[in-house]
Amino acid sequence: MAKDKPGTIEVKSFGTHHVITQPNPLRKVLLRVPESDLDDPVGRAEKALAGLSGEFKEWMTIEADRLSAAHAAALRDGFNEQTREELFRAAHDIKGDAATFGYPSAAAAAESLCRIIEHAPDLDAVPPQLIAHHINAVQAIVRERTRLDTTVVAGVLSKQLRGIADEFLTHANRDRPEHLEAILAPSIVPNE
Amino acid sequence: MYRIDFNKLRFLICDDNPHMRRILRTLLHSFGAREVYEAEDGATALEMYTHYVPDIVITDWSMPIFDGLELAQMIRQPESKGNPYAPIIMLTGHSEKRRVTVARDAGVTEFLAKPISAKGLYQRILNVVANPRPFIKTKTYFGPDRRRNTTNTYIGPERRGSGEVEVMQQPSLLEKARLGPGG
Repeated sequence: MAKDKPGTIEVKSFGTHHVITQPNPLRKVLLRVPESDLDDPVGRAEKALAGLSGEFKEWMTIEADRLSAAHAAALRDGFNEQTREELFRAAHDIKGDAATFGYPSAAAAAESLCRIIEHAPDLDAVPPQLIAHHINAVQAIVRERTRLDTTVVAGVLSKQLRGIADEFLTHANRDRPEHLEAILAPSIVPNE
Repeated sequence: MYRIDFNKLRFLICDDNPHMRRILRTLLHSFGAREVYEAEDGATALEMYTHYVPDIVITDWSMPIFDGLELAQMIRQPESKGNPYAPIIMLTGHSEKRRVTVARDAGVTEFLAKPISAKGLYQRILNVVANPRPFIKTKTYFGPDRRRNTTNTYIGPERRGSGEVEVMQQPSLLEKARLGPGG
């Protein structure tokens, strides 16, 4: 859509690689504006996001119920490729979305569950309570969100779950250095 | 000072989660974008990519069947009839450094870890619009230059060999994309 005049692509060839440069096809969408320009697209977008926030509770409930359903399917059918994938995807979505929806502790609990699913050598050997506690924690955090005194408790709960999960994973992967390294590596997302 | 005229940009967003698609759409429309196409899986996104020729692709990583990484690899086919140069922003819940490396090696232009923020998304878009990197083609890689740091203080093996420089002129792939299949 951002059509620029078709430019020529310049290819410089070296021994093992080519460097390809083309005139910036998106250059025309860059507008020079005076410093006094008051347009604030980021502020406008934040306001629009705040306008959606009335729906976040319902969305979060849907995500948490999807996680519980995936867990129920895994309990019923055992862990196979399909049930493992669905449980991981449901937890992974909560990990990514919950903080945006105002539930950072649910995101933390879901992240801990993702790590278990990704790094446990054998999911059937993971204590069932460890997985169940993560699912229950997400449900409780979502359900009790409106109570003012639950925010701190939710944070403590998530941290404790992560601690227990990490202890389990570190022990279970003591002979798997690649996983151990990944478990102990810091996240690229800064802490809250 | 520069600002982006979002009105002239065409976006393709790909995420299997409808809530995240709604958030992305809201943010992009608020920035001023009018043309935002949505796909809920990689296969549909690839089809839409060929059909709509978006300026920028924003994709999730984890999706059923055909994920965002595979989508990036399919787009970055130098011999394809579509445009293999479009900026790809990977928006994902994955937050491990090794994932950034894997995404980079698949030809992803920018990596944005969730939770999403208006500022983070805007900055990534500004970066791909204002500072496009040259593309590198080797036997095993085709995508934006993975070396962002241009200082000459690097110590270590030089993996890119040197050689004679040969400059070839080719028609723009944007032109090729406009002409469509067979063009």
